[in-house]
Parts: sequence; structure tokens; C-alpha cells
Amino acid sequence: MDPIVTPARTPWAASRVDRVPYWLYTDVDVFAREMERVFCGRSWAYVGLTAELPEAGSFKATVIGNRPVVICRNREGELRGFVNRCAHRGVKFCRQRQGRTNRFTCPYHQWTYDLNGALKGVPFQRGVNGQGGMPADFDPAQHGLTPLAVTAHNGVIFASFVHDLESFTDYLGEANQYYFERVFDGRELRVLGYSRQLIRGNWKLMFENIKDPYHASLLHVFLVSFGLFRADQESQVKMDATGRHGLLVSRRGEQKASAATRDMANLREDFALADPRLLDPVREFKDAATVVMQTLWPNLIIQQQSNTLAMRQIQPRDPSSFELSWTFFGYADDDEAMTTRRLRQANLMSASGLVSGDDSEVIKLTQDGLAPWPDETAVLEMGGRDTEDTEHMVTEAAIRAFYRHYREVMAL
Amino acid sequence: MSGDLDRAVLFYELHDHYARYAASLDDGPLEQWPDFFTEECRYEIIPRDNFELGFPVAVMRCESRGMLADRVTAVLETMMFEPRYLRHHITDLRIESASAAGAETRANFSIIEVLPDELPRIAMVGHYRDRLERSADGQWRFREKLAIFDSVLVANTIVVPV
Repeated sequence: MDPIVTPARTPWAASRVDRVPYWLYTDVDVFAREMERVFCGRSWAYVGLTAELPEAGSFKATVIGNRPVVICRNREGELRGFVNRCAHRGVKFCRQRQGRTNRFTCPYHQWTYDLNGALKGVPFQRGVNGQGGMPADFDPAQHGLTPLAVTAHNGVIFASFVHDLESFTDYLGEANQYYFERVFDGRELRVLGYSRQLIRGNWKLMFENIKDPYHASLLHVFLVSFGLFRADQESQVKMDATGRHGLLVSRRGEQKASAATRDMANLREDFALADPRLLDPVREFKDAATVVMQTLWPNLIIQQQSNTLAMRQIQPRDPSSFELSWTFFGYADDDEAMTTRRLRQANLMSASGLVSGDDSEVIKLTQDGLAPWPDETAVLEMGGRDTEDTEHMVTEAAIRAFYRHYREVMAL
Repeated sequence: MSGDLDRAVLFYELHDHYARYAASLDDGPLEQWPDFFTEECRYEIIPRDNFELGFPVAVMRCESRGMLADRVTAVLETMMFEPRYLRHHITDLRIESASAAGAETRANFSIIEVLPDELPRIAMVGHYRDRLERSADGQWRFREKLAIFDSVLVANTIVVPV
């Protein structure tokens, strides 16, 4: 593949990940290559929860990268996935986000597919009154839906355009598997609802945001003041061997200032809620961590902040915008008090999040700021220039690790 | 409640309540917004698909005037966002049922949002399903207010309540 370089563009210094050129966030050729290599390449992309597909015939429409796909259960109850594109003329045939069906029929010429994606019906295939029709050698078996590889692990479904990928747990790596199975321990999940944002920034800025614990102690008054996530707390940043996945793990601290908090202008010791029921967290997992933010290449953030649990699926639209699609969940065996607690804490997150709202706003401002300057670069030197795990959160190592893997995958 | 005049007065009072409610969000002071609700209340901004599918997650959920006040504090003091002007347009008020002490209403809303360097845009469209009570001071207040929004894909961030 030809390198993506234009004469006007500053090259990305070989193998450096402490600098990231801004053309990476604006260039349409880069975006097109990302769709091919990152999202439709050798990766397990998050597509949903098994709780969303409870029975044979259940289906869900979503996207991988900017490409619409459908995930369903066939008659035998097995998970299947296809590109949401009719094999005839390209129609996005599945128009509902979720539902139950026995077959998929394209609305245009009613080509009909079974739940394994096989083409089962072509109206007028033999013509009408001996006229027209498809050629005699037209073989429906050659015109099924484009299939995806699909796998599920403890209630979470991933799909890939590549059919010879390693197993999902091998893909995760050991540390990430531990934290994945901390939330997804095999218990039945209960979907609590959805929230969707169209954020006007490049999709990578979302990953950078969640791989960057440094900002949380400074930007988010809510997190800082209530000690939900702060640089002076016991915490770790962990990656897998490739650097593509990341983990921010931390333990809740107290609402008080100390020598360690002197740079946190946003720490407000006197800040109190008029109704403290909003933040009434209880411990529910096997270890003492109170927040684990897991980023899984290429499109998923798993959020466990106190008792609010959510999948945040990153759905790029174009270089300067992405949809962030949130699925909030709990467990089927949650009691009413726990469900209420999760619903209250959801105020911190999503489209009007007391915390995450800061992030969607700052991502737009980042895009606004960098877009006119493709030849300038971001500086990622907090915590050094390496990509090693750390026992603190004053670091941008997880962003650097992400770009190490990104450069390899993108051949950039 | 009987007679055309009573109905007209009721409609006027509720209409006035909604107009002042919208003004508190658009022109402030935002600190007065919780006073449009009863002490114990239910306020939710919920995507229409969640509402129709029976999923309880709201993008904003308050269960008391205290939680509403906390949201106001967040908007005024703790959240970081691009400055903006909003204009809430509340239309098509329907009184579903009413008595001297309470009313159930529905109304449509659309919110025009103006960011400093951009043209106005429709930030949100939807409808309210509300229950109001007449308090001891004679004022109508929301006991329950559900803002169910059709525009489920939110443009960046909802900062100010609906």
C-alpha cells in the first residue's frame, strides 16, 4: 500500500509515539485506511450483549467502524453476523435497530435471506410469463450476505471481518481478561437502556480521553471533589502486550486536600450535594478497585465507575465526528435498590453526564483547535516517553501504547 | 372543575407556568428552576426509544428538588462546556385531566441552541408528560416531568435541563 503522505504534510517521525501529528485527525485518506485496517482488519469489534439477543430470530443492527452490520440468532439460536448490505444493489436492508424475525427481506426488490445470511428468494428469478428473469446460471448460493465472524464471551458479543482471528480471550491478553471477567463474570446481564451522542471530533480522541487518567484529576470537578478518580489515589495503568487495549484501575479516595492535590485547582473540599443519594456507591466486585475503565481495540470502552456500568461503543462517521453509543446495564439478579443506584449514578455519564459531559465538550474543542493545523503535533510526554504499565495515573503511557499499535496496523 | 371560564383560567395558568419554566432555563436565573417542582418529584430526560422499550435509563434523572439544585450547581459551577444560548419552545399544551389540586398535561418541546461561532440548530425535539400539583402558595408545581426526546442522537452534549 502506498504511504499516505502529501508534500505539504509533516511526516510522522519514525516510531515516535510521544508526538502525534494532527493530520491524523482530519485526513480522509487516513480515515478510509482506518476503516479498512483498524475496524475491518484483525480485530474483534464490540457489537452488543447477548441480553439484547435473547432468542432464535432476535437481531440487532449496529456498525463496525462506519459500516452497518446485523447480528442475529439463527433458528438454532447460534449467533450470526453479516454486513447490512443487500447482495443485489447495496441497500441497507435492516432498518430497525432491534427486533425479532424469521428472515431478512430487502425492501427494494425483496431479495430474501435466511438467518444464516443465505439468499433464499429472488422475486421474478424465472421471469414473468416467460419473459425476463435472471440468467439460467444465476446461483443464489453465490449471492448471500457478507458474513462476519462472531464470538461471545460471558454475555458480550464481538464480531470481525476476518475469519481466522485468534480466540477472543487470546486477543484480550491476561490482564485485560481478568478485568473483563471482573464485570462479565458469567452472570446474566440486564440492559437498562441506551444513550447516543454525535460528538464532533475524531474517534481517536475518545480513546485518548479514556486512556488518559491525567486529565481526570484536572478537568472533572465531580470526580476530583468526590475522590471518584484522582491522581493521589492508589491506581494503575495497564496495557496488553500489543498496547492496543488499556486499563485504568483506581480506588476511591477522600474528599480532602493534601500536598498531592495542590495542583488540582478544581478540588473543592466544601462541595456537597443537596441530595447525596446521587452518589451512594457500594462495593460489588471481587477486588477493592472502585473504578476500572477498560479500552478494547478497536471500538469499545467498558465503564465501571462505582456502580454505573456501561458499554461505550465508538462508531466513527467521518474524520471529524463519531457516534458514542452507550448501553447501560446491570445484572439480572440486581435488587431494586441496586438498580435505582445504577440509574442515579448514570447522571454522571452519557449525553448529559456530570462527568462525561466535560469530555464530549473537550473533544469537540480539541477538534476545533487542531483541525486547521494538520502539520502541528500533540505532545504526549506525561510520565515519560515509554509505553510501560504504571502504578500511578500521572501518565499518558496508555495513549502512547495505543499509537504504537496503531502505527503498526496502519503502516504509518 | 366546570364551565368554559374555569377551563380557560386553568389553561391560562398552566400555559403561564410553562412559559415561565422555559424562561427560567433560557434566561435564568437557573437557580429558580427547581422551584417549578414539588419537594419530592420525578424529573427525567429520557430518549424516546428507551421510554417506548421500557428501559429506565435517563440522560438526566432527579428525584427531589435537592437533586435538581445539584444539577443547577453542576451547570453553573462544575461542568465544563462551550458557552451557549438556548431557547425552549413549548407548544401544543394539552390538559389530559385536571382538578382543583392537580393536572396531567402533555406538551411538545423543541430547543434551539446557539453556540457562539455557529448558526442556530435544533438541539432537541420531543414531548413532555407531566403531572402538576397546586401547592399551598397557590402556585402550580411539577410533581413529575418526563421529557421524552425524539432526537435520540444528541448533538455533543445536553448541558442545560429540558
